[in-house]
Amino acid sequence: MEERHRAQLARAVELPAALHRSSDDRVVAGVCGGVGAALGVDPTVLRLALAVLTVANGSGIVLYLVALALLPQQPVPTQGHSVEREPTAERAAGVALATFGLLLLFAHLDVLLPAELVWASAVAALGFALVWARTDAPDRTRWLLLRSAGGGLLVVAGLGGLLAAGGVLSWVGSLGLAVMATSVGVGILLGPWIVRLLGDLSRERRERIRSEERSEMAAHLHDSVLQTLALIQRADSPGRARTLARRQERELRSWLYGDQAADPAAGDLAGALQQLVTDVEDAHDVEVDLVLVGSCPMEPRVEALVAALREAAHNAARHAGVEDISVYVEVGPDRVEAFVRDRGRGFDPQRVEPGRLGIRESIVGRMVRNGGRAEVHSAPGEGTEVALEIARNHDRTERRAQEATS
Amino acid sequence: MSVPRVFLVDDHQMFRAGVRAELGDRVEVVGEAADAESAVEGIRATRPEVVLLDVHLPGGGGKAVLDTLKAEQPDTVFLALSVSDAAEDVIAVIRAGARGYVTKTISSDDLATAIARVRAGDAVFSPRLAGFVLDAFAGDVPPTVADPELDQLSPREREVMRLIARGYTYKEIARRLSLSIKTVETHVSAVLRKLQLSSRHELTRWATDRRLI
Repeated sequence: MEERHRAQLARAVELPAALHRSSDDRVVAGVCGGVGAALGVDPTVLRLALAVLTVANGSGIVLYLVALALLPQQPVPTQGHSVEREPTAERAAGVALATFGLLLLFAHLDVLLPAELVWASAVAALGFALVWARTDAPDRTRWLLLRSAGGGLLVVAGLGGLLAAGGVLSWVGSLGLAVMATSVGVGILLGPWIVRLLGDLSRERRERIRSEERSEMAAHLHDSVLQTLALIQRADSPGRARTLARRQERELRSWLYGDQAADPAAGDLAGALQQLVTDVEDAHDVEVDLVLVGSCPMEPRVEALVAALREAAHNAARHAGVEDISVYVEVGPDRVEAFVRDRGRGFDPQRVEPGRLGIRESIVGRMVRNGGRAEVHSAPGEGTEVALEIARNHDRTERRAQEATS
Repeated sequence: MSVPRVFLVDDHQMFRAGVRAELGDRVEVVGEAADAESAVEGIRATRPEVVLLDVHLPGGGGKAVLDTLKAEQPDTVFLALSVSDAAEDVIAVIRAGARGYVTKTISSDDLATAIARVRAGDAVFSPRLAGFVLDAFAGDVPPTVADPELDQLSPREREVMRLIARGYTYKEIARRLSLSIKTVETHVSAVLRKLQLSSRHELTRWATDRRLI
């Protein structure tokens, strides 16, 4: 139905249709499709006629070959609907028929083989085809049995015919070869079964890998999430429960998304900051809201900045008396800026007790020693903000600038 | 001013219940939905002023809801909520028309403020979204863009974004920059517009490349 429709379409699109081999309606080489389209005849009729001629005396194949040699390939596939057809059973049958016809032709002309031999091999081949063909019919097993039995019979008959054909034994020469032929036949008969067995094996292997992955995931969740949930249920204070939940969230996130950037081992600023956030949150019951713009590799000066930042964050967590701390870090082309901010109780920077070395030494002093700058803005009741700034490695910056200009 | 009529869209029942309880009578929750399809139906039926929209939803995510309803119901504003913070998702809902984005860990006071703000037509940026914007609009404008005005932040806008990223509220920003709150809101809305309309080719690629922090 569809074939005809397509053929008609092809006709409608290209009148007058020149004789050519069709590129979208073909079983073997498109001869019947092309001729059918040109003549306005259903190609199937032509195909059947050729098949009959072929079986009768082999002339079908001669006609086909002549046409194949004479007709040009259709230049451009009819627009759009030239769907490349899959190698269907139809096509396989076409090719088989062509081969068979060719052999028969040779037999007919007495060139190579006696006709009985061709017929016998054809029967055997048909048997093989039956056994090998796969079906998607719902009740596979019955079909399979039926087909295998029928196919097997045909194969045996075919091979028997081959052996019985008078000339063959003398031709083959020895019984050994006949036995070999039979065992090859048996092998081919068993082939589908072996192939299916192999298929099952690989499916089983995939299943096993999948179930291993599943149990690995279960083990991970058990060691992490389930443990934390148990701990949270036993936690005596809401603060402790929050800390546990936060830590677990972070851990689960990095496990789920396998984030490179936030991996402390990655050796860049993002990893170092992630580690900092983890440490501060774990040490104090606070939430550190980190926003990072850009990133850069760790180098001594950036390390100094992170150390000062760490001190500032610890200070905020310890002294501000709030639950949230904001950390903002921006990496520019030639400097890194960082801010730690809380909305806590604040203090008067002018009146820091001499004993408190945190701000003076660990933050301001460290930044200044590394050629950077640190400012602390705070007032009682107003919260605190520590601003840090440091130049990035100069060589790198220059190189980058050169790269940008060149 | 009456309390905002709010519609909750989140696939976690616990989260919806929590938001309801925390916001109490500061908002009127007119409906809830757990997936994109029922959200569209519910929002059509209840015509809320503000939709709290989870970025991750079964049935196409918050973006699907926005794509369906944005043109249809211009009076409804959308505030995106997310737990993932993945730039790709956040940028996608903003560009689909959400008026703002907050993380799910936001305090209930801040959430109530954010709802009031988007209802009034302003934009709401979390520190993280401000960070995304600064990151995405960093660097020079590609010479090929049609509208350079849209494709970069003005120095003032950049300044406002940086303060938001540092954890400042609009009020604190206004005081620090000696501006009125209204002016700060105008700057933030302008940035939102750029984020939604910019053809800056890095933006989408940036969001896709950017992994979670």
